[in-house]
Amino acid sequence: MSKFRKKKKGMPAVNTAALPDIVFMLLFFFMVTTTMRETDLRIENPRLPSATEIKKLEHKSLVCTIYVGKAKDESKGSGYNKIQLNDKIASADQVPAFIINARTKVSEAEIPFMTTSIKADKESNVGTITDIRLKLRDVNALKISYSTQKGSSN
Amino acid sequence: MARRENPEINAGSMADIAFLLLIFFLVTTTMNVDSGISKKLSEKPPADYVPPIIKEKNIFEVNINRNNELLVEGDRMDIKDLKGAAIKFIDNGGGIGNAGEDGSPGKACDYCQGDKSESSSDHPNKAIISVQSDRGTEYGTYIQVQNELLKAYTELRNRLSQQKYQITFDELEKAYDEAKKNAGMKDRVEDLRVKVEFIKTAYPQIISDAEPTS
Repeated sequence: MSKFRKKKKGMPAVNTAALPDIVFMLLFFFMVTTTMRETDLRIENPRLPSATEIKKLEHKSLVCTIYVGKAKDESKGSGYNKIQLNDKIASADQVPAFIINARTKVSEAEIPFMTTSIKADKESNVGTITDIRLKLRDVNALKISYSTQKGSSN
Repeated sequence: MARRENPEINAGSMADIAFLLLIFFLVTTTMNVDSGISKKLSEKPPADYVPPIIKEKNIFEVNINRNNELLVEGDRMDIKDLKGAAIKFIDNGGGIGNAGEDGSPGKACDYCQGDKSESSSDHPNKAIISVQSDRGTEYGTYIQVQNELLKAYTELRNRLSQQKYQITFDELEKAYDEAKKNAGMKDRVEDLRVKVEFIKTAYPQIISDAEPTS
């Protein structure tokens, strides 16, 4: 019995004083890298097609995103061709207004560098994308990017 | 003697608070980098615009129907063969190219390694790839086709760059980007820019989207 007691006393406690430091380090890392989602998705998260010849989108503040996919809300109809602008489901006719609204937020000199990113589900129809493209051309928003995943090259 | 008491603040729960915040940021963070196939739309043509007449042989027609099947230059084709066919078309170099911007007369393509066939494209800068899809075509297939066509251009550009400068075009572009950012490499920027521009004009990406059929 006495031997046991002796052993117990000799056991040193693990020093956890540095634990907060480690945790804070991780915390700061995630705080810096985090980007909050600005819009709620009204459509199901689009399953992006994959491609290999992709370019990174630069200047995040100059990018406006158009989502195309299946509406979460069944009453809005099924099918993968619903367009989401800002926070609600819209039609292609509202795209010019959306772009013009986005333009008011950036300085005049930066407008030509604005890019429209189209995040469409791979089961959407090309017709919907074409409609959007024609509307974008009407308002001279000529730089677009079809958002894709990075696929493996084959 | 004064009572020497040094009361310490109990920091034991600091870790808990930090953990709580950490978990919050862990959950809310999204680390995806936005990337995609970038494209520049053509400007809206004026009402009285007359499209220039382009020779049939300089157009590489790709049709995608509503069942996601491909028709290339009148023949059915699998998507995996598209890249090869596109390379063959672009790199044909059977005639003389467009006149230069400074008014110099068009030259024959001296870097092309194609068949120089009479019935295919004259010069890479004249070769137009036209993609026509149905309104009902799946977007995924459309992107796949675009991707294959871009791959064809990338391969040709890489080949030419490798020949002339002994590095691939991807590496050349990367070096150019780096040089632009780095103040110490100012003298190299101009040199790299000329090289990048040369390759880009040697094989310009001309992919046009035709109005979809319904």
